[in-house]
Amino acid sequence: MGLIKDTFHNLQELRNSASLANKVFIQRDYSEGTTCKFQTKFPSELENRIERTLFEDTVKTLNNFYAEAEKIGGHSYLEGCLACVTAYLIFLCMETRYEKVLKKIAKYIQEQNEKIYAPRGLLITDPIERGMRVIEISIYEDRGSSGSSSGSSSVSGSTAR
Amino acid sequence: MKNCEYQQIDPRALSVSPQSAQNHADKKLQRPRRKWQVFPGKNRFFCDGRLILARQNGILPLTLGLIIVTSGLFFAFDCPFLVTHLTVFIPVIGGVLFMFVVASLLRTSFTDPGILPRATADEAADIERQIDTSGSSTYRPPPRTKEILINQQVVKLKYCFTCKMFRPPRTSHCSLCDNCVERFDHHCPWVGNCVGKRNYRYFYSFIISLSFLTSFIFGCVITHITLRSQAGKNIVQAIQESPASVVELVICFFSIWSILGLSGFHTYLVASNLTTNEDIKGSWSSKRGAEESGNPYSYNNIITNCCVTLCGPMPPSLIDRRGFLPPDEVISVAAASEVELPPFIPKSEANMCTQSTKDALERMLHSTDLHGLCPSGTPKTTPMVLEVLSAPETKELSLSSGCSHQLARQAVVDPCPPFSKNNRRDSLHSINPAFRLASPSPTLSRSVLVLGEGPDIVFSPQQH
Repeated sequence: MGLIKDTFHNLQELRNSASLANKVFIQRDYSEGTTCKFQTKFPSELENRIERTLFEDTVKTLNNFYAEAEKIGGHSYLEGCLACVTAYLIFLCMETRYEKVLKKIAKYIQEQNEKIYAPRGLLITDPIERGMRVIEISIYEDRGSSGSSSGSSSVSGSTAR
Repeated sequence: MKNCEYQQIDPRALSVSPQSAQNHADKKLQRPRRKWQVFPGKNRFFCDGRLILARQNGILPLTLGLIIVTSGLFFAFDCPFLVTHLTVFIPVIGGVLFMFVVASLLRTSFTDPGILPRATADEAADIERQIDTSGSSTYRPPPRTKEILINQQVVKLKYCFTCKMFRPPRTSHCSLCDNCVERFDHHCPWVGNCVGKRNYRYFYSFIISLSFLTSFIFGCVITHITLRSQAGKNIVQAIQESPASVVELVICFFSIWSILGLSGFHTYLVASNLTTNEDIKGSWSSKRGAEESGNPYSYNNIITNCCVTLCGPMPPSLIDRRGFLPPDEVISVAAASEVELPPFIPKSEANMCTQSTKDALERMLHSTDLHGLCPSGTPKTTPMVLEVLSAPETKELSLSSGCSHQLARQAVVDPCPPFSKNNRRDSLHSINPAFRLASPSPTLSRSVLVLGEGPDIVFSPQQH
């Protein structure tokens, strides 16, 4: 809960001083089949906003998380067989491996947003919110003043008209 | 299907009227709605969104009825005889099979098959922008296919006009349910649902266990009648003593052929990692002359294919049926589903929050300055309106935080509420058409585009 409050606070600061300018969508990479993987190509809109390496690291880590979730091996077979034998009732008390990894991903994205993306005026949306189709990165523009004061933003906004 | 991606704003939707104020007040008092209530596909939901079924599910009760009736007759009429003459395990095995069949059937019917949620307005716009790079003013529908390489094989991805996205590989749009389903196999009317990635293993276990059940019942009934007729009577007398057995025989006889055939077919599909859809279309059959076009998804090993399809990890449902809609999105269904024409959007389709539009409109309704709005009067009222609007800002944040389910996600995903300042001004613009024409700013587009938590809502009016 504390983590959420901190994120909220940081994002609040971001919002007070910035306005949503654009959204970039990182599409899926299907070169290895239907497994969930996102393209690591650096979008041009983020050119001046964030370092290429940071962005690629984030996407690669996310890809690794998804690969872990969808990995077929002993553990997933065991889970599948156990579930079949118990007529899938076991999922009422136990959450699937995929769900566990999704929680880890949500935490990771929150962390990344707080530490890396929000200070640069960017915000990553968890792909699960978009049906695992895209990673949505919202780009915010600082309005007028470089500081994050809410008073100045309304003045600059009205003069921008 | 409309060619035009964007619809005109309906000025009536944005105009202020006492009636809309009343409706708004009513809706504010209502409980927050869950996403399944505004789901655009043709599905039915039960247990507050926990169970999902296709709208056309007429045959599911028939399937269930047949299974229950046949098994019931079996337990009532054949089992007593067979228990005394053979073994007590017969009803036990029958019972286990029956439970398994019904459980698999219900699981198949009520599980989300892997429905893909429709693309949000921004995504759709982004895709369009990527293809329409010439920047021409005349609108062209996006091209229908995109080719990609999967395991060194060319696969065509089709653009789905209903869901406004390029379908991932192996995804198909079910016309009966009006949804794109991942790893779409087929729409099964007997089961009352599509069969796709998430419920294929339940479907397979259903047909396998059903084949065992029907064969088992068939065998037991034959044994029963044979035993009866052996005890000194002839067959007709034996049948007269147990008429229910004939009913069971008939039902089982006719279902066995189809069920066994289907099981065999699906076993073949599982072993080669194919879907019914692909098999019927012949997507991977080598009909292209010299080039070998094998299935790029197959692991070329029967056991691996079976394990992956049946025992692979269970992906989560992507449509978030039980999630809550953002509180003010209820009204936006009518108003915000209309989007401005492209000429009014000089910049890219920078999105906007439904919530801030809603809040903007809300405050319009509540502020008394509203009726004094006129082109010349707006500059005067702007500072007052801003004052009015800045106060409830904190209220908005508490609104969104009140919805605990979305708190974690909203914090990351939805930057909407404090954007109201800029967007309210835009709403002021958009309420007054004269003003709109006078100053088409980039921010103008923001007042009407819908996005965010309600991708479903945007496209529902476009369905025909």
